[in-house]
Amino acid sequence: MKFLRKIFDDLKPTFSPGGRFERWNVIFDVIENFFYSSGRRTFGSVHVRDASDVQRIMVTVMVATLPAVFYGMYNIGFQALQVIDLNDPTFKNDWHFVFIDLLCNYNPQNIFDCLWYGACFFIPIYAVTFVVGILWEMIFAFVRNHEISEGAFVTTILFALCCPPDAPLWQVALGISFGIVIGKEVFGGTGKNFLNPALAGRVFLYFAYPAQWSGDSAWVAVDGFSSPTILSVAAQEGMQGVLTDISWSEAFIGSMAGSIGETSTLFILLGLLLLFYNKVASWRIVVGVLLGTIFTSALFNTIGSDTNPMFSLPFYWHIVIGGYAFGLTFMAVEPVTGSHTNLGRWYYGILIGIMVVLIRVINPAFPEGMMLAILFANLFAPIIDHFVQERNIKMRLRRQN
Amino acid sequence: MFEYYLTLFIEAVFVENIALAYFLGMCTFLAISKRVNAAIGLGITVIFLLTLTVPINNLIYTYFLNENALTWIGITGTDLRFVGLITYIGIIAAVVQILEMFLDKYVPFLYNALGIYLPLITVNCAILGASLFMVERELLFVESVVYGFGAGTGWALAIIALAGIRERLKYADIPSGLEGLGITFLTVGLMCFGFMAFGGISL
Repeated sequence: MKFLRKIFDDLKPTFSPGGRFERWNVIFDVIENFFYSSGRRTFGSVHVRDASDVQRIMVTVMVATLPAVFYGMYNIGFQALQVIDLNDPTFKNDWHFVFIDLLCNYNPQNIFDCLWYGACFFIPIYAVTFVVGILWEMIFAFVRNHEISEGAFVTTILFALCCPPDAPLWQVALGISFGIVIGKEVFGGTGKNFLNPALAGRVFLYFAYPAQWSGDSAWVAVDGFSSPTILSVAAQEGMQGVLTDISWSEAFIGSMAGSIGETSTLFILLGLLLLFYNKVASWRIVVGVLLGTIFTSALFNTIGSDTNPMFSLPFYWHIVIGGYAFGLTFMAVEPVTGSHTNLGRWYYGILIGIMVVLIRVINPAFPEGMMLAILFANLFAPIIDHFVQERNIKMRLRRQN
Repeated sequence: MFEYYLTLFIEAVFVENIALAYFLGMCTFLAISKRVNAAIGLGITVIFLLTLTVPINNLIYTYFLNENALTWIGITGTDLRFVGLITYIGIIAAVVQILEMFLDKYVPFLYNALGIYLPLITVNCAILGASLFMVERELLFVESVVYGFGAGTGWALAIIALAGIRERLKYADIPSGLEGLGITFLTVGLMCFGFMAFGGISL
């Protein structure tokens, strides 16, 4: 490690202002920060000493996604290998199979086969997301003279995880471009945006290319295969239909088709625990979302409906299917776009919880509600904060008099 | 019956949000959304005015303008719908004037709170638009009260949310070419994403 430090120290003057490669300082900076924590210090009278800076928070979030990443890759393979008919070799119809053939024996019981199959689908998506996303971030960093934030790395991994495994790569590139540029960079970069950039990109694709992104039929990484997702089964046939397909514990572990990282509530929960442990995620938002969900789904359960079987879906099923757990863990608790006040976080969380059930149950056009619910709550987070602050000001004034 | 009106209300507020789904009343929507307090004042004014003018225009339409509407005073075969547009605007302007004088005299605190917004939104297309939607959908009187209130609430909700976001964006580092209206347009566009969540609902 000393060797590495020496290289950075030797190179630093050439990249510092006045040096030969002054212009490329942002790139040097981000590489140095990748290996070592930032040496930047605050100057002036207000000085907070805390190891938990933006960089550490972002890295924590990335580590927290790892269980979901690995389970996601395994699950892509597992879902696909189950339905592949090995006697009919025509399923090997695109370039993915050049790589898959190298190491995969197409045995769904073999964990490595599944993992490799999934990796061959996930890694290209992540590579495209990463390259395109970081490219935009760099362009803006150069032109606007700000540093490349680790937030962009988090955005790329979250975006890649909520892609369907068979997503066309050009659409992935388009989506992350929209997310990074319109969702974040036009407002001035990390920390200044009001919508979660990964979410903005995902929702953009959702409305622009509903055939590939809406999730009406399940995403299985095999060409020509489609089956309804658990959510649309629930919308069509109700609880009986769901239970013939999958049990609650299977859904909790995540053995179902869906976007890459969203299927396994269990593995996402591991990430959430890490985020709680490091105090990156706000427990108030998480509890708020759960309360909102429980309340609203209980309300719909009691009202009941003869025509819409989604009314009867209990809350513990809402939590394990679709993008609920993923959205809750990585999108809803995001510190920038959510409410910033503690009381506001309760309202913000409850709003998400109510909206997600509302969209899933009463909106037949969209089987998935989590992304849209979080996006909707993002819009109201600033105004919630505003009212909480007003209230605090009033309370303090009253206390003083 | 109550359920039906509730559905109509929710539809008017969220699904057919007059600002973010129909893009009506955009000029005031963009101009007066810099501060939350001003947005709240304007939002309340719009709710107030829509709840008043849509039902009044509904009565005018039903008893004067619609085909054979004048049978109640013994004249048949009339069809005055071609003067509808100008009548609705006239009614809105008159209501605003009367309201302003009434508030000035009897409810001064509200008059002071609404201030300049009241005369300003006389020409707001959201106000006229709601009346025209009312005619197009052939709403009955009570429905038009609910619809007017719902449409106003939806518009108010949208402008208050936008004002909240714009207040937060004060601390953002926006490229100089996009400052002001440019970034507001982008913000409103992104807000429409959020409201598209209600897009397919048919209650």
